[in-house]
Amino acid sequence: MEIGRIIRVSGPLVVAENMPEARMYDMVRVSEAGLLGEIIEVRGDRASIQVYEETAGLGPGEPVYNTGLPLSVELGPGLIEAIFDGVQRPLDVVWKKAGDYITRGVEAEALDRERRWEFVPRVKEGDVVQAGDILGTVQETKPVEHRIMVPPDIAEGKVVEIFQGEATVVDTVARLETKEGIVELSMMQKWPVRKGRPYKEKLGPYVPLITGQRILDTLFPVAKGGTACIPGPFGSGKTVTQHQLAKWADAEIVVYIGCGERGNEMTDVLMEFPELLDPQTDEPLMKRTVLIANTSNMPVAAREASVYTGITIAEYFRDMGYSVALMADSTSRWAEALREISGRLEEMPGEEGYPAYLGSRVAEFYERAGRTICLGSEERDGALTVVGAVSPPGGDLSEPVTQATLRVVKVFWSLDAALAYRRHFPAINWLLSYSLYQENVDPYFREMLGEKWIEMRREAMRILQEEAELEEIVRLVGIDALSPRERLVLETAKSIREDFLHQNSFHDVDTYTSIEKQFRMMELILNFHRAALKVVEKGELDLDLDKLFVLPVRERIARAKYVAEEDLAELDDIDEEIKVQMGALSGEGGEEVA
Amino acid sequence: MLREYKTVAEVAGPLMLVENVEGVTYQELTEIELPGGEMRRGQVLEVSGDTALVQVFEGASGINIHRAKVRFLGKGIELPVSRDILGRVFDGMGRPRDQGPNIIPEKRLDINGYPINPYARDYPSEFIQTGVSAIDGMNTMVRGQKLPIFSGAGLPHSRLAAQIARQAKVLGTEEKFAVVFAAMGITFEESEYFISDFRRTGAIERAVIFINLADDPAIERIATPRLALTAAEYLAFEQEMHVLVILTDLTNYAEALREISAARKEVPGRRGYPGYLYTDLSSIYERAGRIKGRKGSITQLPILTMPEDDKTHPIPDLTGYITEGQIIISRDLHRKGIYPPIDVLPSLSRLKDKGIGEGKTREDHADTMNQLYAAYARGKEAKELAAILGEAALTDIDKRFSQFSDEFEYRYVAQGEEQDRTIEETLDLGWELFKLLPRAELKRIRDEYLEKYLTSAGED
Repeated sequence: MEIGRIIRVSGPLVVAENMPEARMYDMVRVSEAGLLGEIIEVRGDRASIQVYEETAGLGPGEPVYNTGLPLSVELGPGLIEAIFDGVQRPLDVVWKKAGDYITRGVEAEALDRERRWEFVPRVKEGDVVQAGDILGTVQETKPVEHRIMVPPDIAEGKVVEIFQGEATVVDTVARLETKEGIVELSMMQKWPVRKGRPYKEKLGPYVPLITGQRILDTLFPVAKGGTACIPGPFGSGKTVTQHQLAKWADAEIVVYIGCGERGNEMTDVLMEFPELLDPQTDEPLMKRTVLIANTSNMPVAAREASVYTGITIAEYFRDMGYSVALMADSTSRWAEALREISGRLEEMPGEEGYPAYLGSRVAEFYERAGRTICLGSEERDGALTVVGAVSPPGGDLSEPVTQATLRVVKVFWSLDAALAYRRHFPAINWLLSYSLYQENVDPYFREMLGEKWIEMRREAMRILQEEAELEEIVRLVGIDALSPRERLVLETAKSIREDFLHQNSFHDVDTYTSIEKQFRMMELILNFHRAALKVVEKGELDLDLDKLFVLPVRERIARAKYVAEEDLAELDDIDEEIKVQMGALSGEGGEEVA
Repeated sequence: MLREYKTVAEVAGPLMLVENVEGVTYQELTEIELPGGEMRRGQVLEVSGDTALVQVFEGASGINIHRAKVRFLGKGIELPVSRDILGRVFDGMGRPRDQGPNIIPEKRLDINGYPINPYARDYPSEFIQTGVSAIDGMNTMVRGQKLPIFSGAGLPHSRLAAQIARQAKVLGTEEKFAVVFAAMGITFEESEYFISDFRRTGAIERAVIFINLADDPAIERIATPRLALTAAEYLAFEQEMHVLVILTDLTNYAEALREISAARKEVPGRRGYPGYLYTDLSSIYERAGRIKGRKGSITQLPILTMPEDDKTHPIPDLTGYITEGQIIISRDLHRKGIYPPIDVLPSLSRLKDKGIGEGKTREDHADTMNQLYAAYARGKEAKELAAILGEAALTDIDKRFSQFSDEFEYRYVAQGEEQDRTIEETLDLGWELFKLLPRAELKRIRDEYLEKYLTSAGED
């Protein structure tokens, strides 16, 4: 193959000439140091290359080697529990090779070539298999069975040989007889990151992703296979929310992409996840997690690649029939990387310097989420949920990245600086946020928790909405202008906010709330409200509402969030107490009237 | 062989275009010799074919395109380091400014450094006692953190930074400690304030100082923080010292960056700052931290003045997205005569949870911090309400919270510039203030701590 020559170096962008064979998105090796790069523009025999490593010290005349292959990831056993950089170099291996700093030209294979995995075949000789069929399995970690599939590019073949026992990812585990001849398959496949992995059919999402976060599950659920975004200014808790999702969401596989964010945050995940137990499997969370870390000070072009690397790995697990959740923190940094490269290419900018194709790139990315019937003869059902954090400058949601994202995602969790400032966490604004999956997932909730759940949720939202209106009035003319019923609404709204929506992610019990407990907690608050409403409407207490508000049971309602999942019976007790105390009050009030 | 060119084709602003060059590489250091023998330094920003675009650190004034000679040195900008850099003052490009001898280098380090592998990082969790209650008690700082001070013109951020540099220590340890100070575009007086304060307290012995003053070349400021951090990395990770890096003022740095960007006719992002401002700032801030298996640490205390005290301005905004919290200086508190005028409510230390509690500060720290925060916020709200509807509209309980918030500002936040409060003193002061409130209102504190501390404080 022809060797190209560098003619221009400008930051992460290198232009090389004598590249007649160049194809868009081919990988190249730049200079003798072998820096990884990708072709992003071709003009005549000149190619513009974004380089995934620091380019200081490069100059015209240095060679560029075209690999002729697109940027691809390696898919196979060894992905789980790993931490990769934006171009899938495992950071632990890089660390062993290069030390504490990421220097240039470090080559590291994504999957360990030495490690042996126990391969258990699922097919036998003579079976006819097609793309996506499972050849065998590897117990990668305790909760994750890695399903070795026929790669998508092999339409059909007959198994002529199948292996059993320990093998590395490059050893042949199966030989297929196809129309093109005998194909040897190992446990590893490669797939270009910029191309979505194929599936048979896309389905609508109907099952909620249970996150254990009360405001999300109860008010703004995301469906498995759906998309959500979390925009918010700094300090409003984007990363904490993303971490909470990565920890507690009931997905079987979690892919977490730290894209252009803080190094210490990734360290936090690396230290914490092996310690925390997944409530579904009781195994360390790390045993279902893949991490992609391209921190803000790592090369900007690799940041651009990192979201694609992450989503391709996520799709691969989806193809096995798993429910996968992908968190990208933050997509704004990815968009900024696009902007930087676009600027160096001297493209005509769209809004705020972002390239005009920002919207379509964002849409393409989120569209790779979904619930699918996977390839293969057994009709497996997989789902990929994508949650992207957005970091709008100055918290201004009208900026291009937020707007491009809101056009495609179905769930909007709006982080609010004012709430964060009041230390109300998660600082998700209940009036601005929305979920368009509500109707999709209602049948699921109805079946699980009954019609009452849906009514309760509507009632809670109504109360919160009314609170906002009443607060306007209070601000203008003071609280005395409100009727007792209205004051009760304010009080209940406060209870919903403080006792239900507020959730402490650092508290051992409060950090995760099962859907049953969410139901019971909301029930308590609304039972109190209804009982109190009766008292108020009878007009018995119109002089002294405070008597209602200081009932001792309210303290117990407030502390219900700290009741452990095993002791939910305690909530029955609280419910009973509401009736007793309310009855006593009613009785007392009745006497006064008499 | 050094290559020397007399082929300067263009000089515009801080940029210079050199033609017919060969073998020039991106980010290479250059020397420009003027006819009088004056030497300036520059750095290659872009190479395209046989032309090189060079940014001139000392500015382009007086450069004649026919007479200037340009040499490309075949390497990036390097800082010579050895233990002798302690106690020295350098200029913004790392040349001695204190009439002392040149450093005999143990080694030369590229000032851009390399990103720390996230896998190699150790999570910061050691409490640093600054002696300032509003920081120690409410926004606790830990070793390896990057915690900027968001200030405004005319506010006493320098005094606060100097106080922190003077007082900061990790309890119960006698470890090697150093301060690296980088001034970017600040005035002589401001810089002199720091240096004389370091001299007065003897801190200068364990300080490395880089000074680029307001009248020094603006473009030089691009290199100054990187030189400082290179020195810090050397001291922290090779000499096993705990280094506090004070960078002031990042606003001037970002403006120098904007100047270059404008000269290159790049598409501007918000307010004319380049689109890569975030990436560029992160290459400074992310150089704070700890590394597994190494003793030292780098803690950063960058200072920036917010234009018009506007937190949404791109410089504080992007900084807030990278750093681990922020200390916000408030003009209102300053006007009230409170020093340090730290506005506790919008300030935040993201790493505080890992640095407080039993064995680090004290068991009651987290609860009392939340309670102080909540009570102060409620008191401020009550005061706002009173401002609209009049004091009479407040309930009795709100009046007590309002009084609490005043006391909190005047007794807890306010303290002397030379006053070094221990963490116990800070926590006890919190308990002292809680006595202003009914016990039933102290909901965020566990009963056991109320029993233990509220009564004991009461008995004093």
